[in-house]
This record gives sequence, structure tokens and C-alpha cells, in this order.
Amino acid sequence: MRKIIALIFLAILLWGITKPVSRIPFGTNKIKVAEHYITKDITETGAANVVTSVVVLYRGFDTLGEVTILFIAAIGLASILYLPRKKVSDEVLEESSLILRTGCRFLFPLILLFGAYIFVHGHLTPGGGFQGGAIIASGFALIFLSCRERVVSTVKLGVVESLAGMTFVAVGLIGLATGGYFLLSFLPKGTLNMLFSAGIIPVIYVAIGFKVGSELAGIIGNLMERTQ
Amino acid sequence: MVAIILVIIMLIAAVVAAVLKDLLGAVIVAALVSLITAILFYLLQAPDVAMAEASIGAALETVIFVIAIRKTERFEDK
Repeated sequence: MRKIIALIFLAILLWGITKPVSRIPFGTNKIKVAEHYITKDITETGAANVVTSVVVLYRGFDTLGEVTILFIAAIGLASILYLPRKKVSDEVLEESSLILRTGCRFLFPLILLFGAYIFVHGHLTPGGGFQGGAIIASGFALIFLSCRERVVSTVKLGVVESLAGMTFVAVGLIGLATGGYFLLSFLPKGTLNMLFSAGIIPVIYVAIGFKVGSELAGIIGNLMERTQ
Repeated sequence: MVAIILVIIMLIAAVVAAVLKDLLGAVIVAALVSLITAILFYLLQAPDVAMAEASIGAALETVIFVIAIRKTERFEDK
């Protein structure tokens, strides 16, 4: 009986979704704003990567919201897993293998370098703050899993994360003070395809890279250290 | 053609991940799903999304699930 009711509800849901979707003509461009991004983008922002200029400038406020959601999620996880400092679990972990240890020592600096490259060049090549930050955090995951002689302080990660978040908001507020709206690109556009170009995009992406990297690394660190 | 093969492998991996009783194996297969999703994004000319999917879906998510399994139980009860 319950299955029949569930099936009926599913059918109603399916009908409700397909009905409006079927009216949209397939394959035609209905969104004017996308056209604007593709044709006017480079002259307006000076960034070679269109995706970046949409994420940081045209939709910069949404990105701030996204970063805030990640921040709140990390705080929630840390508060659920909270243990007083002296009760942090000290279970004996088995020694990691030689391959993992050597790989960790050799790869960790390279992973950090690659992640930094991704977010510094966010306005020129594919990638950006989120991607670079996630790559850096996966380097820290390698540390937490295999190189246990290197201690990563979750408190310091929290400090880095807060400073990066404040940089993002401060850059936005400087735009508000100088030009009249939040996240205004107040820096010069520069020449296309140069590292120092595209206004505030590189500044914001470096901040996002630090923030996301330290945040995700902090999540993994909390999971490793503070659970029993 | 490559995309069709990849989608078929991805669907099989997704079903296996849902069915498998060994949770560690299920996490690895789910990481395979993420990896193939990243390759498909790349083939669809969305390298930005592909990077995010590969680093978060295939790497970090797997690490978090493996830590969670290590702290709890590896096999699912019936």
C-alpha cells in the first residue's frame, strides 16, 4: 500500500517536472545575460578566463555566500567533534608503509606548488580559488594520513582561514567605498594575459584559495584528531 | 564513443557502490564515479568544473569517508 502511494507521488512529481520543462524550446539560446558574458566579457573585466570573471566579478556576491556556507559547515563540524584539548584521542596508529612515507615527503611540496599555481593563475587558465584550495587540502590530507611526524595545527589553519575571509570582505568594502558598490573592480585592468591584470580577480582568488585550502584541511584534521 | 563507454562504466560503478556490503570498497567505487564525472566534464569542455570535481569528489571526499569508516565499522549489517 505504501509503495503504491509512493509511486503515485513519484508520478505526480515527474509530471510536474516534465510539464514546464517540455515547453522550453530545446537548443535555442534564451538567456541574454550569457550572450553578454561571452561577447563583452574581456573588454569589461580584462580576464582571459570567462568562467573566472563570472564567478568573481559578475557573480562575486554569490561566491562570498558560497565561501560563507563552507565556513559555517566547517564550524559546525568542529563544534560537533569538539573535545577538550587534553582529551584529544591518542590512539596508536600503525606505521604507514615506506612508499606512502617517501611519496608524502616528495609530493607534498609539489602539491602545494601546483595548488598555488592554480589559484594564482585563476584569471588566465582554467581553475581558480576553489580548485587550488581543494588541491592544497588534498596535500594536507596526505600529511594527515602518512607523514605523522609533521604536526599540522588546526588552530593555525583557523587563523589563516579567518584572515583570508576578512581579506575577501575588505576588498569588497574598498570597492564600496571608492566606487559605490560592493566588489567593484577598483584596480587597473592591465594587459590581457599578464599575471598582474584583471583588476581585483587575482587578489580575491588568492584569498579564496587560502580560505578553502585551510578550511578543508581543517575539516580533515578535526576528523583525524578529535574523534574517538 | 569514449563518452558512451565512460558513462556505462560510471553507471555500473554507481550501482556497485550502492549494493556493496564492504563500505571501504563502496567508497573506492564512488571515487571512480567522481573521477569519470571529472573526465566527462573535461570532454564537455568545462575544465574548471572538472578540476573541482576531481580534487573534491575523487580525493577529499574519499579521504573523509575512509576516516569515517576507520572510526566506525567496515562492513554493513544486514
